[in-house]
Amino acid sequence: MRFQFILSEIGIGLRRNLSMTISVILVTFVSLTFVGAGILTQTQIQKLKGEWYDKVEISVYLCPRDSSVPTCADGEATDAQIAEVKQILDSPEVSPEIRSVEFESKEQAWTSFEENFSDRWWFSEMTVDDMNASYRIKLTNPQQYEVINEVLTGRAGVEQVRDQREVYEPLFNVMNKATLVASGLAGVMLLAAILLITTTIRLSAMSRQRETGIMRLVGASNFFIQLPFMLEGAIAATIGAGFAVVALWFGVKYLVQGWLETSMDTIAVPYITTGDVLLIAPLLIGVAVILATISSIVTLSRYTKV
Amino acid sequence: MIRLDNVTKVYARGARPALDDVSLEIERGEFVFLVGASGSGKSTFLRLVLREEKATSGRVLVAGNDLTSLSNWKVPALRRQMGAVFQDFRLLPNKTVFENVAFALQVIGKPKHHIMTTVPDVLEMVGLAGKEKRRPHELSGGEQQRVAIARAVANRPSILLCDEPTGNLDPTTSLGIMRLLDRINRTGTTVVMATHDDEIVDQMRKRVIELSVGEMVRDQSRGVYGSTR
Repeated sequence: MRFQFILSEIGIGLRRNLSMTISVILVTFVSLTFVGAGILTQTQIQKLKGEWYDKVEISVYLCPRDSSVPTCADGEATDAQIAEVKQILDSPEVSPEIRSVEFESKEQAWTSFEENFSDRWWFSEMTVDDMNASYRIKLTNPQQYEVINEVLTGRAGVEQVRDQREVYEPLFNVMNKATLVASGLAGVMLLAAILLITTTIRLSAMSRQRETGIMRLVGASNFFIQLPFMLEGAIAATIGAGFAVVALWFGVKYLVQGWLETSMDTIAVPYITTGDVLLIAPLLIGVAVILATISSIVTLSRYTKV
Repeated sequence: MIRLDNVTKVYARGARPALDDVSLEIERGEFVFLVGASGSGKSTFLRLVLREEKATSGRVLVAGNDLTSLSNWKVPALRRQMGAVFQDFRLLPNKTVFENVAFALQVIGKPKHHIMTTVPDVLEMVGLAGKEKRRPHELSGGEQQRVAIARAVANRPSILLCDEPTGNLDPTTSLGIMRLLDRINRTGTTVVMATHDDEIVDQMRKRVIELSVGEMVRDQSRGVYGSTR
């Protein structure tokens, strides 16, 4: 009885303030879409960075089995060559520039490669022997890339010395700025959402003052009186969050997976997937519910006193 | 049942008190008229008993609860022991007679089968059998007040508070309402009725408490409306 009664009260409330309900849904929808877009951009950055980016500045790729680079003419880097590179890195001239060195074998490289790209069409043509073993180097001073580049480039067994930041930094810069813009818009929209939810609940409470007055008079508990209003806000906000999740899901499905990945699928770059959207869905819905609950508690404490 | 010990109520600082050092006791099962001019403190008295207001000083005791120290979350339980009826009926216009009465039971969580059996009984008691499906605007003023009374007593309260229940009704209809209240009183319910209606008070010959500018000026058993008039 109680449950059914509360449900019907909510139904009446939502219908009575239909236009307000719709605006709450739309505003939470837009704001949470921005929040989600910001989070997904950061997720994409993390994916691009891979597991090494934050830890190293320079990657020294050793020769794989088949490489067209002249220094790799003798085939895969031998243990002796690998040891020699390590020796140079440890030498008194170079080692002061280096904070840490880690060695990644081609098997280790294969494992992370498999994780990121096993769903691409060209994956079946790759084997563990196409992977580079590498030294991942963190510098004492990140600007000193040239020192390492000079001593190692052109050495037998070394395919390439790459300064990671040079490649990715501008891209990350753009993406971080996009995240900032999205967060800013999300913030403004969330504020609008809070104000709208507050107004909606207030309107709803005022339009039902007769009912709540009688409820108080006959001794309905505060919780019972307030619950329909709270749920009204929460339901509208959750529907908005649901729309945001759906929008992001389609966005990733058709823009990232459908367009980016097919038009640029030869580049070995891991993209975000619809799975990532589903991962952040509970977060978005949680934000909506918390938003609605806080604004209704603030509003109702003023409107439904005992 | 209801006891006031030196109760004073001041609404705004510095203003004249709405109730000034009032002490009185109403026993279980009594029928009491509360009379006095507008602004004499009748409504304040009722609001204090309903705990819609708190006394500025003094103690208010209702059904064994000290309202001065009663915490907020216990207020609903207190109000479930009371019914209240007002001059303006306060019915829900888009609910039927049955639904209006059922509403009061629904919101305090009574089970459906209880509501389905109680509401027809109460409606019959107030003389509205057969009008369950009407809406308030299809009823006369007297009938609307009967719905309000049915709603107030549906949960079998021990106290019924009435704030000028006949204020909007013609004399004949008022008489019917008074008979109903009297009948409810005879079942053991304490009834406190604030009123301006001298004819009714004179006719009923119940206890009369008269307030004047916040002070109790008369407490008379089997009293009449006013000796000073």
